[in-house]
Amino acid sequence: MERAGVGEVGVSAWDGGVAPYAIPSKKLGMWLFIVSDAITFAALLIAYSYVRVASVEWPKPFHFSPSIIVASVMTFCLLTSSITMVMAVAAAKKGNIGSTMKWLGATMAGGLAFIILHANEWMTLIEEGLRPFTNEFGTVPGSTPLFGATFFALTGLHMTHVTVGVVVLLVLALGFKSGKYPADYVEIGGLYWHFVDLVWMFIFPLVYLMSAVVG
Amino acid sequence: MSANHAHEHTENNRLYLTVWAALLGMTVIEVILAYIQLATAPMLIILMILSLIKASLIIAYFMHLRFERVSLFWTLVPMWVLVICLLFVFFPDSFRAFELRFPLP
Repeated sequence: MERAGVGEVGVSAWDGGVAPYAIPSKKLGMWLFIVSDAITFAALLIAYSYVRVASVEWPKPFHFSPSIIVASVMTFCLLTSSITMVMAVAAAKKGNIGSTMKWLGATMAGGLAFIILHANEWMTLIEEGLRPFTNEFGTVPGSTPLFGATFFALTGLHMTHVTVGVVVLLVLALGFKSGKYPADYVEIGGLYWHFVDLVWMFIFPLVYLMSAVVG
Repeated sequence: MSANHAHEHTENNRLYLTVWAALLGMTVIEVILAYIQLATAPMLIILMILSLIKASLIIAYFMHLRFERVSLFWTLVPMWVLVICLLFVFFPDSFRAFELRFPLP
């Protein structure tokens, strides 16, 4: 029996044997994962906002210099690694292995710079006495001591995503170089990488900029 | 054919670089807002609007959703929006959580 194609009269795209979204199944899988992950991050951000609104006072430990400036540099690293990822996908689609390796390397470098700056910031805050369930910055009556919990949960989950992303990009780069993976895989890994960048576009303003102290 | 491809390629690169510049520009605006210490409510509203624009740009251009079939958009985005709306159902409780607590000892 011959398989019916999309667009034939009387044949629905949902009858099977055709791709209703006209994308590879792995790409659809990545999109579905991204939507579910977006819900996870949204839930954490909403929980953070809830706790913050319900507190009489909320600590603001981020001085404009250096904390906000460093966080801005981290944002720049992630945004720039996104554009290099776009270039890597374009190079992979053209089958240019050398160029793909170069751009993937630049993307991983951006991710690593982000992780190093972020880990350094965590160490500074931990040395200042920040813990998940106690508030070293002082808890006034009617406030929660959960600043550390929300901060470490949100930025920690995001940092885990960046770390996983760097490892995924490394595996993809090696696989693409040896010809084991097609260019589609680089594109699908790129989707994940852009998503990690997208999440930071919400964490940066809500966690850092809303808690900035000047002077 | 080949020249046409090269032309398309340059066009695409220019589009992506424009999106990247726009994302950086909006980030700079956000940081400036933090520096001038805008009041909480307008600050939050402006930051959220800018963040949603940035997220849309990343999804539409970097993640290529604009160039996929529209059915993919309708499969993914409304479901996400619905879940976020459901999460916000109990958010108003946070404004009166203080009164709901047991009195402090």
